[in-house]
Amino acid sequence: MSPIFEYAPAPESRAVVDIAPSYGLFVDGEFREAADGRVFKTVSPSTEEVLAEVAHAGAEDVDAAVAAARRAFGPWSALPGSERAKYLFRIARIIQERSRELAVLETLDNGKPIRETRDVDLPLVAAHFFYHAGWADKLSHAGFGPDPRPLGVAGQVIPWNFPLLMLAWKIAPALACGNTVVLKPAETTPLSALFFADVCRQAGLPKGVVNILTGDGSTGAALVAHDGIDKVAFTGSTAVGKRIARTVAGTAKRLTLELGGKGANIVFDDAPIDQAVEGIVNGIYFNQGQVCCAGSRLLVQESVHDELMEALKRRLATLRVGDPLDKNTDIGAINSAEQLARITELVDSGEAEGAVRWSPACELPERGWWFAPTIFTNVTQAHRIAREEIFGPVLSVLTFRTPDEAVAKANNSQYGLSAGVWTEKGSRILAVADKLRAGVVWANTFNKFDPTSPFGGYKESGFGREGGRHGLEAYLDV
Amino acid sequence: MFADATASDTALRRFLHGLPGVDAVGLEARAATLGTRSIKTTAKAFAIDLAISMIDLTTLEGADTPGKVRALCAKGVVPDPTDRTAPKVAAICVYPDMVATARQALDAAGGRDVHVASVATAFPAGRAALSVKLADTRDAVAAGADEIDMVIDRGAFLSGRYMQVFEEIRAVKEACAREDGEDAHLKVIFENGELATYDNVRRASWLAMLAGADFIKTSTGKVAVNATPANTLVMLEAVRDFRAAGGRQVGVKPAGGIRTAKDAIKYLVLVNETLGDDWLHPDWFRFGASSLLGDLLMQRQKLTTGRYSGPDYVTVD
Repeated sequence: MSPIFEYAPAPESRAVVDIAPSYGLFVDGEFREAADGRVFKTVSPSTEEVLAEVAHAGAEDVDAAVAAARRAFGPWSALPGSERAKYLFRIARIIQERSRELAVLETLDNGKPIRETRDVDLPLVAAHFFYHAGWADKLSHAGFGPDPRPLGVAGQVIPWNFPLLMLAWKIAPALACGNTVVLKPAETTPLSALFFADVCRQAGLPKGVVNILTGDGSTGAALVAHDGIDKVAFTGSTAVGKRIARTVAGTAKRLTLELGGKGANIVFDDAPIDQAVEGIVNGIYFNQGQVCCAGSRLLVQESVHDELMEALKRRLATLRVGDPLDKNTDIGAINSAEQLARITELVDSGEAEGAVRWSPACELPERGWWFAPTIFTNVTQAHRIAREEIFGPVLSVLTFRTPDEAVAKANNSQYGLSAGVWTEKGSRILAVADKLRAGVVWANTFNKFDPTSPFGGYKESGFGREGGRHGLEAYLDV
Repeated sequence: MFADATASDTALRRFLHGLPGVDAVGLEARAATLGTRSIKTTAKAFAIDLAISMIDLTTLEGADTPGKVRALCAKGVVPDPTDRTAPKVAAICVYPDMVATARQALDAAGGRDVHVASVATAFPAGRAALSVKLADTRDAVAAGADEIDMVIDRGAFLSGRYMQVFEEIRAVKEACAREDGEDAHLKVIFENGELATYDNVRRASWLAMLAGADFIKTSTGKVAVNATPANTLVMLEAVRDFRAAGGRQVGVKPAGGIRTAKDAIKYLVLVNETLGDDWLHPDWFRFGASSLLGDLLMQRQKLTTGRYSGPDYVTVD
């Protein structure tokens, strides 16, 4: 039976953004083809439509980009901080002015709902540039000595889950501290980074300060192995992070890694239940669960397990899955066929190992890559779905009896990126947060981000911090 | 069902304080997110007509006269003289001394199915002896009120005398009995702006439902903070949980400060995504409003004709 109050389609217009049929690499302030002429296609995950052809950077292009960044480094780092700040402020304002274009572009290329790109990604991207613009002329007061110096040329490799936001996390602090960058966006989501290159031109940023190389894993590998860079910053999978750490070992390069996670969202029996349900939904279904700090493990006190599961299932039934450009869509498409296969494989293992699978009734579009929001109950610490990062809209529910048991289970993971604590008891929040080995602990909320707050991991979730005063350290010679 | 909870003052306090807390930040974020739903074309047309049919068209002024009330009644029955497809409002809401006038005017205008709601119990402050409040209520019911909007004693609630509030609601409910054996429907007004915290709003919701409220209502419209999407959401969650726990279905009425079609649609989205179909009916959800109807009609005309008219194309009360 269909509901009485059915929302009519409310699609955002895709005509607000011009997508060129093909894009070059952005090197030394100019767009150019790859030296060997290679190209690849980027597709829209919700329709499998080809959006554009993009240049594939090879070793020669990496050389050229690093050389351009090296030439730009001297003059850029010699600018007074207040001058660098002007460029960053200008970039931030242009991003705000063009945020509707960028939101549509990001939604098309990534598959995430327009509601998220419009209300979360883009405001955070602009905030990140504004925040770091403010630091550029205050570095001597950041606690790293009277005159901290930049590192040089940074090679940065970013993932596809928040293409533009991860670019902002990388580029804004690097530039504020006086470094120049060569950035490689993910193979499946190159378009917003190329749009950003145009923003840099519009802002009059000196050529070579920002270089964008599109390509696949081989481009990223060539970049991080390049002798001409001083710093590697990577956000992505733990497996690739380990390879990069091996590459960089024994060189003078600095390294920061922001890798996978298996965040524990801990709900005590005195939690604000309705808000906890929202926090759980935000924790694991936001961005289709393709979030490194997702609350993918729900640890719920046994005494409220049944009540909470009932409320959560009722809430999941109201999630709207479908066209990411529709302003009322809550859950969009999975980014790639490859990622969908990975999610499917892990979900199958969950069923095979005896966990109980549940999804609300929802119709998935025929074209594109989709996965219904899923809950696994009866999960134990031994199950693969409790240990491995799924990176999809799949929640594993475990139970605990006492605060100590909750902490022990939460920390029993190779990862340590994020955690959440839900209780109305303030002293319990402080006591539990103190014992959790996770870079971010949210209290009575989840997946909240702010440029002033450092973000990063423990254990196999990586090292180094991004954001806040701590994040500056990754781009200063201290 | 909930006999244990109301067995004594202590039991009632323990029950109300045992309800799950409300995290204000999370609650407001959820209400704001639902406020970003984009309701267009057919969905908008449906929502506008539903909202009109849910209005308790209200005048609660010291300056109210029979003439003013008759004008309001005429508008409630025929909201848009240029388009007779516009639905009637749910009720006309007045002070007790205007109930008889309103009933006559509605009947004369062909609005027998439009209810008369009367505020009572020393509205809006409620600062009077119980005997006076009950007399006020009986007076309104005798004059023909189909619905009584009572106020709770916020002073008693805030000083923790929950049983006193509970018993007062019970007494008013009894005073709602009509000679024909039916009851006037009882709406219980909390004045959320004076209860101040969302935890209090949740406790007041359960307290009123336990005492027999047919509807729970946010506010009188007479204080600075009236209905907000967030405090209404707490009440929607309460009626949902009350029914799920084996209680009756109870209606919700936000009142005060809802002036535009856009606002009203946001509330309908809250109802839709919190409670669903069962509450999307004037029997279970109402808007307490006076100026809202005008904007709904202007938006309705825009949808029908494709152009915006203006305030002069909508009748004033």
